[in-house]
Amino acid sequence: MPFDVAATVVANLALSHDYNVLALDAPQIAEAAIPGQFVMVKAATGHDPLLRRPFSVFEILRDASGRATGLSLLVKRIGVSTGLLYDAKPGDTIMCLGPLGQPFTLVDAPSEGWMVAGGVGLAPFWTLAETLVARGVTTTLFYGARRNDELFYLNFFRTLGVELVLTTEDGSGGEQGRVIAPLERALAARPADQPVSLYACGPEGMLAATARTAAAFGRPCEVSVERIMGCGMGGCYSCIVPMKSEGGGFHHVRSCIAGPVLDAAQIVWD
Amino acid sequence: MGTGQQAPVDLSVRIGSLTIANPVMSASGCFGYGVEYAGMVDLSTLGAVVVKGLFLKEREGHPAPRIVETPAGMINAIGLQGIGVHRFISEKLPELRERRATVVVNVCGTTVDEYAEVSRILSDAEGVHALELNISCPNIKEGGIQFGCSLGGTHDVVSAVRKVTSLPIIPKLTPNVTDPASFARAAEAAGADAVSLVNTFLALAIDIESRRPKISNGMGGLSGPAIRPIAVRMVYECRQAVKIPVVGMGGIMNARDALEFMIAGATAVQVGTANFVDPLVWNTIVSGIGDYLTRHGIESVDALIGSVDMGKH
Repeated sequence: MPFDVAATVVANLALSHDYNVLALDAPQIAEAAIPGQFVMVKAATGHDPLLRRPFSVFEILRDASGRATGLSLLVKRIGVSTGLLYDAKPGDTIMCLGPLGQPFTLVDAPSEGWMVAGGVGLAPFWTLAETLVARGVTTTLFYGARRNDELFYLNFFRTLGVELVLTTEDGSGGEQGRVIAPLERALAARPADQPVSLYACGPEGMLAATARTAAAFGRPCEVSVERIMGCGMGGCYSCIVPMKSEGGGFHHVRSCIAGPVLDAAQIVWD
Repeated sequence: MGTGQQAPVDLSVRIGSLTIANPVMSASGCFGYGVEYAGMVDLSTLGAVVVKGLFLKEREGHPAPRIVETPAGMINAIGLQGIGVHRFISEKLPELRERRATVVVNVCGTTVDEYAEVSRILSDAEGVHALELNISCPNIKEGGIQFGCSLGGTHDVVSAVRKVTSLPIIPKLTPNVTDPASFARAAEAAGADAVSLVNTFLALAIDIESRRPKISNGMGGLSGPAIRPIAVRMVYECRQAVKIPVVGMGGIMNARDALEFMIAGATAVQVGTANFVDPLVWNTIVSGIGDYLTRHGIESVDALIGSVDMGKH
């Protein structure tokens, strides 16, 4: 562990002009991955682009017998590497290293699990939702996107029995605005003696706001951070996040090995 | 020899009093403390594990972003984040010993005295096989490259460390000078057992929309395949200048690249950026060197070192 796999692309589903789901044949990684972990993917052979890119494990793909055969990535096209992954064809080979990183801390009933996703931050919640539901935990997904046509996989979560609270910036779907607003209302409405844990993934501003809100309501909160990564394994020290130190001050942790899931209350936010 | 039989090749090389089983080492700052990779890589199969640089005290390093990808390479300004020499000895060295790693510690300092003190402490620790002196990091304000860009500074650091240790001393040279060979000579004269080069090239990448540098420290050090031909040239020049071994690095991605450095004059090589892309690169390079020797009927890797024929050049 981890495994470096020459993974065959089994499918590439374009969700929109700049989002796609890339399905990879990678049973070893899929079997071992737990919710919150990620993989480092090399989009092209050769030296340009040189480095791998990190992606949350999105779906676990299974065969008819239920055996894990692979995983998918939820990709937002931003630059060269994600552009190549947007264009990848079934049959292409992509180097995939994983599973990597620290997973989400799972809760048990009667605690509820509330997931807070912004845009491509939806990615780690497919596996987390599936796992929490299997444990009998009541779950809610607070999910915000720019527009209605960027709210993805709603049927999957509904079918699982996850409560959905949706927001769009332009008001074309769900409530207009940012996902933090309904989250705050929900936390305010929840009696203090009813436990709930928050799990957030999305733009840094959303994570910081979720962390503040969770702290204000005294609720545990884990965030999955996104940092530029060189190696994904603790070798290069690129992906650091400042965390509070005992007695004041801060220390840098490598988000690839101490995270990417981190205790929101311990992060020194910008 | 019958068909299908191959003579065993000798991949061992000597760096001062240290013999390593093969000439492939990790480059400092590219492999953590080695233990991070132990779940995937048998650390005892690397010629040596060169760990991240250590000062006397812990350092947090620079804020993110610390790296940016560039054509066939990357720029980094990590800022020498580290746990300090004492925590290394208590927290990392025991596992490295357990995993039978050959350990080279990259020694940092802001003053000559600090290099000597860190070296002295490491020399008393069990499981440290050699010291690489970081007089070449371009990413910190004091120490590092200021020594490596000064012949006198190089001499001062190496001789101060020479006094406190009998471990092999390997100053790591910066390429950000006009004539690296003169620094290799200064290191040799001061008692170094070998030199290693290149550290990263001082470089800058600018975001044209924000008009600001892409990493938080502004400038950083360039590494990766883009620098390889310059590094090979410098290794060659240093090999011509000194008798002590030259450990070469700079963009080695595979066995072919490692062999190029050895033919240019490197007794051993270090691999850094390539490890980010392929954490299993070690075995590929070691076995690739072995295959090359077998293919050419060469019994010992020693025969390759510095064997380039530059003709009339």
